[in-house]
Order: sequence, then C-alpha cells, then structure tokens
Amino acid sequence: MLLLAFDTATPAVTAALLDTEDGAVLASADQVDARRHGELLLPVVDRVLRTAGVGKEQLGALAVGVGPGPYTGLRVGLATAAALGHALGIPVHGVCTLDGIAHAARQAGLSGPFTVATDARRKEVYWARYDAAAGRAEGPQVDRPGELAERLGGLPAVGAGALLYPEVFRNVPEGMPEHQSAAALAAYAAGELAAGRPLLPPTPLYLRRPDAEVPKNYKTVLPA
Amino acid sequence: MADEPLVLGIETSCDETGVGIVRGTTLLADAVATSVEEHGRFGGVVPEIASRAHLEAMVPTVQRALDQAGIKASDLDGIAVTAGPGLAGALLVGVSAAKAYAYALDKPLYGVNHLASHICVDQLEHGRLPEPTMALLVSGGHSSLLLTSDITSDVRSLGATVDDAAGEAFDKVARVLGLGFPGGPVIDRYAAEGDPAAIAFPRGLSGPRDPAYDFSFSGLKTAVARWIEARRRAGEEVPVRDVAASFQEAVTDVLTRKAVRACLDHGVDHLMIGGGVAANSRLRAMAQERCERAGIELRVPRMKLCTDNGAMVAALGSEMVWRDRAPSAFDLSADSSLPVTETHVPAAGPVLPLSHDELHRMSE
Ligand SMILES: [Zn+2]
Repeated sequence: MLLLAFDTATPAVTAALLDTEDGAVLASADQVDARRHGELLLPVVDRVLRTAGVGKEQLGALAVGVGPGPYTGLRVGLATAAALGHALGIPVHGVCTLDGIAHAARQAGLSGPFTVATDARRKEVYWARYDAAAGRAEGPQVDRPGELAERLGGLPAVGAGALLYPEVFRNVPEGMPEHQSAAALAAYAAGELAAGRPLLPPTPLYLRRPDAEVPKNYKTVLPA
Repeated sequence: MADEPLVLGIETSCDETGVGIVRGTTLLADAVATSVEEHGRFGGVVPEIASRAHLEAMVPTVQRALDQAGIKASDLDGIAVTAGPGLAGALLVGVSAAKAYAYALDKPLYGVNHLASHICVDQLEHGRLPEPTMALLVSGGHSSLLLTSDITSDVRSLGATVDDAAGEAFDKVARVLGLGFPGGPVIDRYAAEGDPAAIAFPRGLSGPRDPAYDFSFSGLKTAVARWIEARRRAGEEVPVRDVAASFQEAVTDVLTRKAVRACLDHGVDHLMIGGGVAANSRLRAMAQERCERAGIELRVPRMKLCTDNGAMVAALGSEMVWRDRAPSAFDLSADSSLPVTETHVPAAGPVLPLSHDELHRMSE
C-alpha cells in the first residue's frame, strides 16, 4: 500500500510517500518556513507525488502529524489531511509529531532513553520522554523548560526545543533531527500499522486551552 | 440550465463553517455549522475557538452539502473558498481544506473575496445582479458601501466604518443593557415594542463637512452607554425597549440615508443589502421606504443568505467559472486583510495540477 505522510506541527513543511510492502520511501520533500505552512504544504505534497510518479488515486492511506505544535500551522496539515482523505475515500491516521521525531532520532543512531522537545513558543516546550525499548514513556506535554531541568536534564534530548534551551537540555547529541521529517513519520506509522497497533485519530493535540479572555464586566464611560 | 457551472464554496472567515453548492445562480445546498454558542460568554468571537471549530466541522459540513445537493464531488466544476478578509487562523482552515479538495478532485480552485461574495449571493435570490449595483454590507465584521459593475472583477469601496462595525455596536449596546450576545436579534425584538423617537441619539458622521459615505458607530455606542448609566445612577429604571428602539433608529437612519445618497450620486438604481445586520427588521423597512421614494430598487436576500455562509462563496465561484476568470494557484494564501478591490486571487503562473496533455505540451 502507498502511504502518504505529512506534518506541519514544526517549522518544517514535510511530506513523504512510502510503500508499506517493503518500507521504501519513494519520495520526500521538506521545506522549513514556520510562517508559510498554508502556502507550502500542497505544492510540497504535489512535488512528492510527481517525483514518485504516483497518481493520488493510487494512495492507500494518509498519515498526518497531529502535534503538539503551534496551532495555526498544525491545523493546515490536519485540514488538508481530512479533506484529502474525504475526497479520495482513504483512511487518515494521526501520529504524534514527537513520535515521528523520536523515530528519526533512532534511525540516526540514538539508543537508550531520551527526550524529544520542540518549540512551543511563549518560552515553553512541547516534550515527551522515550524509554530504551523505543516506547513513549511520558508526554506529550507542554511546560517551561526550567521545570523540566531536574527530571529530564540528564537525558539526551533532540529537537529544536532542546537546542533552544541548552541550559536545561545539556546533553544534545550531534547529528540528530531538529524538526519533523515525514519520511520518519511514515516509517513509524507503517511500523505501527504492521504491528497491529492503532494510530491516533486525526485530531490535533492542542495541550493548551484556547486563549480566550472573558471581557471584564462592562466598564463605565461616565467619570467616576 | 444544466450546463451552468456547478461549484462548491467554503467559508470560514469568522465563526460559521459554511459549505454551499450552487449551479449558476441556483442554490442547491447551504450547510452551516456555527460555533456562536461557544463565543457567547466572551461577548465576541474568540479566534482560537472559531479555528478549532472550523477544523472539526469541515468534512462533515462538506458531506452534508453534497448530500443536500444530491451530487457527487466528482460532478463539480470548481471549488471556491473565502481567501479573505477575515480572521487569519479561521480563513486558513477553509483555504487548506479547499485546496485539498480541489487537488484531490482535479478541479480548479478559486480563492474569492468575502465581501464580493456577500454581494454575489443575491443572485441566488433575485437572479443576475444588475450592473452596476450598489451594495450596503452590514454585519458584526463589516459596514461598507460598495459599488460594483462586475462582481468578478470590479468592486469599489465608496465608504466604510471608521471605528466599530454596525453589528458590533448592536453587540455592545446589548451588553450594556444586559441582553446577551449576539446583540442584533435581541435588540430588534425589544425595539419592536419601544418608541424609536423616545431618545435622540447622535447620528455619526452626518454633518455637512463629514465624509458622505463613511460610517461611525463608536460615538453612538458611547452616547447610549452614558444615557443608560445616568439613569442607573439616578436610581431610575432603564426603559430597555425605548433605548433599543432609539439606538436602532439611529443606526438604520444613517445606514439607509448614506446608501440611498450613494445610489443617487452615482446614478445607480439598484441597492442590495447584505450581512447579518440585514436581518434587522427596521433596517429593511426603512430601506424599503427610502428606496421607493428615491426610485431605487431594493434587493435583500433571505436572512440565511445574508449571514456568513458557503452558498455566497459558491455563488461567486460559479460566476468566476462562468466568466472564465483565472483560477488560483495551490500556494494561495489566506489574507486576513484582502482588499475589497481584489474580488479573487488568480494564480501568477500556470496552475497545478496540470492535466496530462498540458504536461505533455510543456515537455515538448
Ligand atoms: Zn461576512
């Protein structure tokens, strides 16, 4: 089956096409621009399908990163996946974005327990802790890096969130992924599906409640 | 006519997820999901709540529209979407989904202007728009006087609010009166039993030296609040019905007077009124009366088409196909401040996906 994966929960707009029969990545494309996910995603998807010489009607399933990540960009990926899945009549699987980055880290040679952290803006990180057996042991959560120092400070850490706060994440191995790569996301999703483990529903992991200031009680306009 | 363009339109500029399907000027489906109740306790639309709701509602609303119209997505001649103006994050959900539908279905994509769509929707009610047409758009987001000679390519702004939108003034006055959100319908209801001449509230920007077609509702809103507070401070009861009626009279007086004047000044004999405030019964009645007196034909679509909906986007999209306007590219942006003069956002170069033949031609 041909699995198209993409993710817009990190600064990367990334898409990849994977053949689940042999695990081969037929094509992938990435573009890093945190502010233009909406403009970039569909052209990137189109480039991947063209490079692989695959028509969209040949796709068997979609895998999409469900975050956590900055909401506006995150929703570009999820709205695109939902509509593509609907129009093509194929299933849409959700994958925790941090799981994709963790998979890429293991592909790059990282073993043992480690942390993945991405930039949650507002001086916070999205993070998850992975155990030596490759499973997600804790998270995803959103926290101030300072609050994580004692719990996670000693573990190796990967991702842009780890690079952003070196005073907390002191052990950042070289050659590890900074952002999401859809090729790793696709490989992870294919592995989980093959193992018969269910993936996530394609709905965002927001982790924060919406910012919604309740207006204060009506302010008087007459001088007091 | 069966060969008129069959277009699906997606609208997510504010708090309504709208999906409409139109064939030419015939409405086939108008599905709307709204998050208005989630915003109620905040007294206004909360952008993040609206964006989350759009994402959840998108696919079910599209399916509902297809079912209502009794068509298959593959039958469509194009996909239209509101590219702006509106809330950036909310627009982006609709634009992303519309691109994906257009791409997956191999249909042209049309990113269109929300304000032009509000005007074009009248075609679904009263047939093709006369050219030129004057349009008064009034809602919680807009108060504009627009002149169009071709809804797909020529819309000019004659005037707009310099502060609050008309609908916002309704919301704020309703809040001062403790009547809840949204304010439009409830003020209309109370006003029906009040005296519109009870209190002389100010008419903004109505002096001889003021801009002829611009609006201002901020001073009016403050005047109403002051009046109510003075009453409350004096320990008197606030005559809610009279306040509602007098406030509503002030708003509709300015709106209709300026709209009729714009028609007369520009020799235009058709006025259309759109936007959520077009639901206001006093605005409709006053516009009817003043238009009749001035020899202007008034066109107001039915209520459901006046508020934000997908049918209006489909109506303009269908017109784009009909008049052979250039489709948008797949890198189309959501533009929260898209100027009204940009009726649609055509591609700068060739548009993906190219058909097989076109690819062939390009490689030769
Ligand atoms: Zn509107």
